[in-house]
Amino acid sequence: MARLSAFVAGLLFGLGLLLAGMADPAKVLAFLDLAGAWDPSLALVMAGAIAVAALPLHLAGKRSRALLGGSMQLPTRRDLDARLIVGSLLFGIGWGIAGICPGPAVAILLTWHWQSALFVAAMLGGMLIFTALEGRRGR
Amino acid sequence: MNIDWAAFTPWSALAGGALIGLAAAIFALANGRVAGISGLLGSLLQPGAEGRGEKAFFLLGLLLAPLLWGLFGALPAISFDGGALSLIGAGLLVGIGTSYGSGCTSGHGVCGISRLSPRSMLATLCFMATGFITVFVLRHLLGG
Repeated sequence: MARLSAFVAGLLFGLGLLLAGMADPAKVLAFLDLAGAWDPSLALVMAGAIAVAALPLHLAGKRSRALLGGSMQLPTRRDLDARLIVGSLLFGIGWGIAGICPGPAVAILLTWHWQSALFVAAMLGGMLIFTALEGRRGR
Repeated sequence: MNIDWAAFTPWSALAGGALIGLAAAIFALANGRVAGISGLLGSLLQPGAEGRGEKAFFLLGLLLAPLLWGLFGALPAISFDGGALSLIGAGLLVGIGTSYGSGCTSGHGVCGISRLSPRSMLATLCFMATGFITVFVLRHLLGG
């Protein structure tokens, strides 16, 4: 049951990305191009998502168990550290180069563009590099 | 600032955003998890991570979304900028950056801001800032 609801949520998430235009790197880059012919659409994607998610996520944060019985795994950290800042700055550079972030990268993989396969492979490689570096530090 | 009104798609943007928000709400309430795609991918790469089954099913749904869409209509246009090298560089930066930053547009930008998480608000400010700056540098300073 938990797997079914996860699958449905993922499916809705992907359909939302496609409908919103987030799955088109050219449209994402047009949003990030403030000095060019600016397409503000993606600000509304975020606004629409937050408007719908805010109350349910607030309620979820107050629960001790998920509706399907599993334990709650929502993040609880509130400290601000350099890793968060540096990591997010680097992510933004990659996002600005290609116009693709992780959600859309997965959601367009099966549209069979070689670019999305290459991007996903490099992104997973980056995650593995992080894991290797962290392993060496011994956590 | 010069708004491209012909490209502006407010209604599909809002409706698509609402679907994304609904998906995040279901995953949080029913599964107790944050719909952060980089985090879900990252834990699939870690053999011992908890809840890998549910996470894999979320990602499977995300992966199959264009196939479901394709049953009912033509997929929206998807066009890429740049060649193989820039995609590899961008992918590496996104993979490493979201790992160190513990999240991406979905986890921080949608779920975290919805939860008023200070970490997510700061992260979103950071990646939006470098996203805007990177496009400015590539398109207007280097003229690419």
